[in-house]
Amino acid sequence: MTDPDDVIEVNTLTRRFGSKVALDGVSLSVPRGAVFGLVGANGAGKTTLIRHLLGLLRAQSGTVSVFGRDPVADPVGVLSRIGHLAEDNDLPGWMTIAELMRYTEAFFPNWDRDFADKLRRDFELDPRAKVKHLSRGQRTRAGLVVALAYRPELLVLDEPSSGLDPIVRRDILGAVIKTVAQEGRTVVFSSHLLDEVERVSDHVALLVRGRVAYCGPLDDLKAGHHRMTVRFNEDRPKPPVLTGALAWEGGGPEWTALCHGRLPDLRAAAEAVGGCVVDQHMPSLDEIFVARAGAAGGSPR
Amino acid sequence: MHIRISANDGVPIYLQVVNQVKYLVASGRLEPGAELPPIRVLADRLLINPNTVARAYRELEVAGVVVKRGTTGTFVSDTGSPLARREKNRILTERIDALLAEARQLGFTNDALFELIRQRDEALPPPQES
Repeated sequence: MTDPDDVIEVNTLTRRFGSKVALDGVSLSVPRGAVFGLVGANGAGKTTLIRHLLGLLRAQSGTVSVFGRDPVADPVGVLSRIGHLAEDNDLPGWMTIAELMRYTEAFFPNWDRDFADKLRRDFELDPRAKVKHLSRGQRTRAGLVVALAYRPELLVLDEPSSGLDPIVRRDILGAVIKTVAQEGRTVVFSSHLLDEVERVSDHVALLVRGRVAYCGPLDDLKAGHHRMTVRFNEDRPKPPVLTGALAWEGGGPEWTALCHGRLPDLRAAAEAVGGCVVDQHMPSLDEIFVARAGAAGGSPR
Repeated sequence: MHIRISANDGVPIYLQVVNQVKYLVASGRLEPGAELPPIRVLADRLLINPNTVARAYRELEVAGVVVKRGTTGTFVSDTGSPLARREKNRILTERIDALLAEARQLGFTNDALFELIRQRDEALPPPQES
């Protein structure tokens, strides 16, 4: 059941905060070398899941395994191999960049001083600047330097791009690409910027209100969904009932559905209810996510 | 080699790379023997997954557009011309399909459409070279 090529294995993980269920029977695995995009609306459980991976939360039920180890029982064995950047990047504000780098270096035997200096220069970080005086973007870059400089086997980024300008977002995506381009390294990153996830990920998990709505290769997810416009001979006051349709929009004689299934089956289903497929194309991850989140009930975002 | 990736246009990203390289070859902007950027370099430049670039290069190799030469790199193949013709065909076919769809929508018969194409052809200045 456990695949040695999986860097992360989560099995039926459930987490409650009081009466609120944050994670509800979450199972997923992250293969080595993947760029794994964790996608979900605010409050869907992305950060809670990541905190379990880092050993900051103990599994109430279910199991979490990173590099084959329990991150709560063996924090040193796990965390020394992970580079982590959180959304609320809580670096010590009173330190200068140079102090921050020396301080972090002490924790990681693999720290690569030349690489760290190169990253710092590439990001145009002044070694004498205090962290608390940095702009949000520069603070994120400083966080990236200390997350990358020991060349971790696993890079975990929690909403790294939120609220940042396009130039810093480009640096973050560049860091993801460079990390995974090095043989065997793995990236997990959560984001609600789905076009970014679509660009760099090869695997995705969709979290909808604490549950995994999909987990697997991005190509398979996209190949299994179709955006299909169905035309009828007369106006329809409401969309038809169609097996595989997750969400509808449109009106009058033409309705467009985001569907899940095989295209021939979907065409046959449309014809069975008196419609004709006049247009179809592959949806974006964003469209699939909105349809999936909506189909699971409640508001999509 | 100029390639633009749009994550939201519904075409898989590897296919965007494949189509655009084919287009660049067909249009002569990438000449036979020209070297394509290494996978990591292109991935970093386009900000896409290196596996996606690798997949695109594999497809281009299978299609005969590029060849791998040992460990040195990926090059536009010398026998690019038959493919270029196919590719030119493909580019035009897409436009024709769109034109036909629009013509049908507007209620044109095929004869009326062909007549219109003839008229437009006469109205345009003749091609400079054959």
